[in-house]
Amino acid sequence: MKTPHSLKNKVAIVGVGESDIGRVPTMTGLGLNAQAARRALDETGLKPSDIDGVLTAYSFTEPYFMLGSVMCEYLGIKPRFSASISSGGGSPAIMLKHAAEAIASGQAETVLICAGENRATGQSREAALAALLAVGHPYFEQPYGTSIPGFYAMIAQRHMHVCGTTREQMAHVAVNTRSHALLHPNAHMKKPVTLQEVLDAKPIADPLGMLDCCLISDAGGAFIVTSAERARDLKSRPVYLQGIGEYHTHEHLMCAPSLTEFGATESGRIAYEMAQLGPQDMDLAELYDCFSIVPIIELEELGFVKPGEGGAFFAAGHARIGGKLPINTHGGMLSHAHAGAAGGLFGIVEAVRQLRGGLGDRQVKDAEVALVHNEGGILSSHCTVILANERG
Amino acid sequence: MEPTLPLPVPQPNADSLPYWNAARERKLLIRKCNACNELHFMPRHLCPHCWSDRLEWVEARGTGTVHSFTVMRRASHPAFGPLTPYVVALIELDEGPRMVTNVLGDDALSVQIGDRVEVTFETRGEGAMLPQFQRTGEAAR
Repeated sequence: MKTPHSLKNKVAIVGVGESDIGRVPTMTGLGLNAQAARRALDETGLKPSDIDGVLTAYSFTEPYFMLGSVMCEYLGIKPRFSASISSGGGSPAIMLKHAAEAIASGQAETVLICAGENRATGQSREAALAALLAVGHPYFEQPYGTSIPGFYAMIAQRHMHVCGTTREQMAHVAVNTRSHALLHPNAHMKKPVTLQEVLDAKPIADPLGMLDCCLISDAGGAFIVTSAERARDLKSRPVYLQGIGEYHTHEHLMCAPSLTEFGATESGRIAYEMAQLGPQDMDLAELYDCFSIVPIIELEELGFVKPGEGGAFFAAGHARIGGKLPINTHGGMLSHAHAGAAGGLFGIVEAVRQLRGGLGDRQVKDAEVALVHNEGGILSSHCTVILANERG
Repeated sequence: MEPTLPLPVPQPNADSLPYWNAARERKLLIRKCNACNELHFMPRHLCPHCWSDRLEWVEARGTGTVHSFTVMRRASHPAFGPLTPYVVALIELDEGPRMVTNVLGDDALSVQIGDRVEVTFETRGEGAMLPQFQRTGEAAR
């Protein structure tokens, strides 16, 4: 296979922003995106008219046709590069890749990437459940009462069977991320949680309980990407793209090639190769965590541990800030926020903040290189990102 | 207690009409490619392995193994609410392709990975039949 054209050090993320997060009934989904975009832009010193590219994802609560154009219209931007990307949770990292390619080839100079929805208050509880649970193939899965938690539960069950991962190890993932969320001023969850509380939480789909499942938040996230040259002149500290790779294997669980081997291995391989770095070079990782089993699988697929060792890594506390490889330092989708494509986007926001430094108790000491992994569907669409500051 | 809603009825389309028609006769069909001989489950216009459109429908033996499963404690749709807890499983057919179904039967909740299963058919209104599986043998416990 042909090696992709390298994007290493071609572009930088120069601004990141989060909207208000949690239950925000006073704002629309588009409003949350706009608030996050403005906060991201404010960091850079750029004007809205400097943005010549806009990428966004999709919205369940505000399902506009042509959301990319709708977003530009709402923000009053007339870009020469725009699209809406619908790759589920994989969308933010994939949007970064599209932005980087557009900037590297001169099609755009400064690209705004934003996503988010008012999932907590912008729809009825019934509509929220219907959107989140009644996923699956409409003709061959949904008639059996499948759900997103149910699909991930089957993956967890298989991982437990084949690799020996335990229910307690998965619960440690939830406890780990919650402890990090408590250090984040804008996280949705504010209270600590114990291992026993995770194990005793309301059962959803065996072996997953309520606290193994991501949040339902009102939240928008945004970041600004520009060329490495232009980044040097801006007021914020740039974080440079080192490597990025994606890989897609299926959409529906019935068509997944395997329940223990997914596309993160290949997306990671492409990203590492482009960055000329390996897992041993990462100072932290922001891994997609829609369900507690997922970061365990990603940790293994991305080469940080051997297959079957992901659960023990979390249980041993190695994923804590101060541990061997701090993971989901903002609290992840389990405890910081989850609102459509914004969930994975916050992993990029947090990696940038960690690489800039100055986060106090939440700061990973001497962080220079970070890995972010987004995945969409049922571990279907993967994109791995490697970012570094000027020291990395 | 919420009123009982009807469970979803299979919706045939141009790709799947023969599958659902066969189900009404209690037959489980899968697709076979006559160019590369690969089998697949979710019906398509062409073979996902070689893109040939020389496809035929073949009857599966109707036996397989539980590749994975979950016990659904929270229903995905109000119609399934009264059925909780129920089993959703990924079944690996003996021919190779996998499909998602429920595991039915009085002993369904004790299902384990590796259990042997066979197809059965559930009536879903308007004469439609939904392929389902039930246990016939246990994996080594």
